[in-house]
Amino acid sequence: MNYTLYDKIWNEHSILVNDDDSELLYIDRHLVHEVTSPQAFDGLAINNRKVWSKKSICAVSDHNVPTRNRLNGIKDSISKLQVDTLIDNCKKHKINYFDLNDINQGIVHVIGPELGFTQPGMTLVCGDSHTSTHGALASLAFGVGTSDVEHVLATQCINVKKEKNFNISVINSLSDGVSSKDLILYIIREIGTSGGTGFTIEFSGDCISKLSIEARMTLCNMSIEGGAKSGLVAFDNKTLDYVIKTKNSPSKKYIDDAIKYWETLHSDDSADFDKSIEFDASVIKPQVSWGTSPEMTVDIDGKVPDPNDIKDKNKKQSYINALKYMDLDANQKIDSIELDKIFIGSCTNSRIEDLRCAALEVEGKRISSRIKQAIVVPGSGHVKKQAENEGLDIIFKKAGFEWRDPGCSMCLGMNDDNLNPYERCASTSNRNFEGRQGDRGRTHLVSPIIAARSSIHGCLTSEKK
Amino acid sequence: MKEYIKGQVIPINKANIDTDIIIPKQYLKSIKKTGFGPFLFDSERYSNPGTLDNLDQRKINPDFILNKSPYNRGSILIANDNFGCGSSREHAVWAIKDFGIDAVISSSFADIFYRNSFRNGLLLITITKLDLEKLFQNVEKNKEYELTIDLINSKITSQDGLKISYTLDVSDRDRIIKGQDDIAITLENKEKIINFENEIKRRKPWLYEE
Repeated sequence: MNYTLYDKIWNEHSILVNDDDSELLYIDRHLVHEVTSPQAFDGLAINNRKVWSKKSICAVSDHNVPTRNRLNGIKDSISKLQVDTLIDNCKKHKINYFDLNDINQGIVHVIGPELGFTQPGMTLVCGDSHTSTHGALASLAFGVGTSDVEHVLATQCINVKKEKNFNISVINSLSDGVSSKDLILYIIREIGTSGGTGFTIEFSGDCISKLSIEARMTLCNMSIEGGAKSGLVAFDNKTLDYVIKTKNSPSKKYIDDAIKYWETLHSDDSADFDKSIEFDASVIKPQVSWGTSPEMTVDIDGKVPDPNDIKDKNKKQSYINALKYMDLDANQKIDSIELDKIFIGSCTNSRIEDLRCAALEVEGKRISSRIKQAIVVPGSGHVKKQAENEGLDIIFKKAGFEWRDPGCSMCLGMNDDNLNPYERCASTSNRNFEGRQGDRGRTHLVSPIIAARSSIHGCLTSEKK
Repeated sequence: MKEYIKGQVIPINKANIDTDIIIPKQYLKSIKKTGFGPFLFDSERYSNPGTLDNLDQRKINPDFILNKSPYNRGSILIANDNFGCGSSREHAVWAIKDFGIDAVISSSFADIFYRNSFRNGLLLITITKLDLEKLFQNVEKNKEYELTIDLINSKITSQDGLKISYTLDVSDRDRIIKGQDDIAITLENKEKIINFENEIKRRKPWLYEE
């Protein structure tokens, strides 16, 4: 056999091949949130269509929700209408919805794996580009727009062309203080933000095998920042340990059959990839983005690049624009960049391991007086509770961090958690686009460890204090 | 039937234009599909911040291309590599369409944005970097630059004799020419989907446990 993991999951879900070479792909699971679904439900209503499979859907509000004073409800009337619309649509179609104060509530890409809603070998979609996260459990997951949300609601399928296979093999081990966030930032820096366009990426190699499932989620999460709609990691014992502990793991009756199937979820030794790259994890240092695209990333002990060193005319101009937007000078040392805010959270880095790493760095210390605000936003109610059981909330609060309720928060700033104009933030999120965290705000993407260390120093650094 | 798209060109020679720039997050609070046009490229279009309900208080940035004639009545946008990257928000496509743009030409597009566009009747044309470079050069010489896109013959032409051929999937072309109800087409295979689903229930019963 010479199938890739992607080929295998694809082939098992392809119902038929259309005239245009797209295939009708069956979708096992659908995550729905408040921002990209109202127009889809409207579309169903206008055409008098039903939801195909209520049980395949899990709905939650995460993007547009407050992260404090939740018991008072949502103050902003426009946001409230959007959340209420999802609640109404779920009631109407009898879809399972997690309320804002439910412990199961959280960021879609945190709660899916955590609750066992996501399982190996599944196809899963969500109206959110970071759906690639779920590939860490060897499931084929990708983000779609609202038209496709409606299409999957109505048909349980999507017509889509198969992507090409891209193998990113990572050998050796990451150094101390270097995480899978640094690894994926490094990969994007190397392949570029469109390096994975048209591909499904499989991450393989001994470095990936050594990563925890949560670390693999961080990796797959940002596949989309490299242009690939889906990232994948093969099933192994770590996947098994993670999945069987979840609430919705298969029952005793079926678990042996499920495991037997899951164990097939890896690329065959002789599988053909359309593209392959190998990285050596041992040479990777902590990474930080300096510009306005995730590929604009450097080593944290390095310098801001000089546009004069760039030959390509368009790229050079984009560097000049990015420096201006970020208010940085060419060749400026990264550790001279002073920060205003710290954000630890998002579907990339808000899981318990992320919070543990960050807490370890700030324990017994105080954030720099330069920092105006530092917030920790756990990815879900369960993450929050677990962290509180371990006393992490106390550590963060003593250090000067605010401890919030779960949601997407300052990753995209749809709620009140924003950067003010020209504020600079070390953020564990995934996008440093212009205005992403707030109009004219400046984002530096980093790992939780680096965000925590930087909070103590008041500037970007990998140094412990 | 829409076999030709003709109109004024809007040149934005930048790569990696992301959907956050096309339509910022505050407008994603809307539960409608319409009304996003005034917020297209919002942060560059206005000099003061905006929300869904303060349009009458916005200050126009006169330097931004969409605020200048003849570009303010343009209907064909040309941009550099990797247009539409980032967030899957279909609001980006709704904003482009609502502004009055019918086609975007670039050397490459992000995958999710590509799908979203054709499902809303927004034509995307991928051309070579060389052709794109030439197109930008020609547009620079003439502000009133117009293009005609011949959907049947997959050709782009202009008054100055420029001719560019492109390839496009027939299904995507038909989505633009005729428009189509993708859900209705899929539901023609309803029996096959049901049979497939029953087969999965048999093979992977754990997926359907209560």
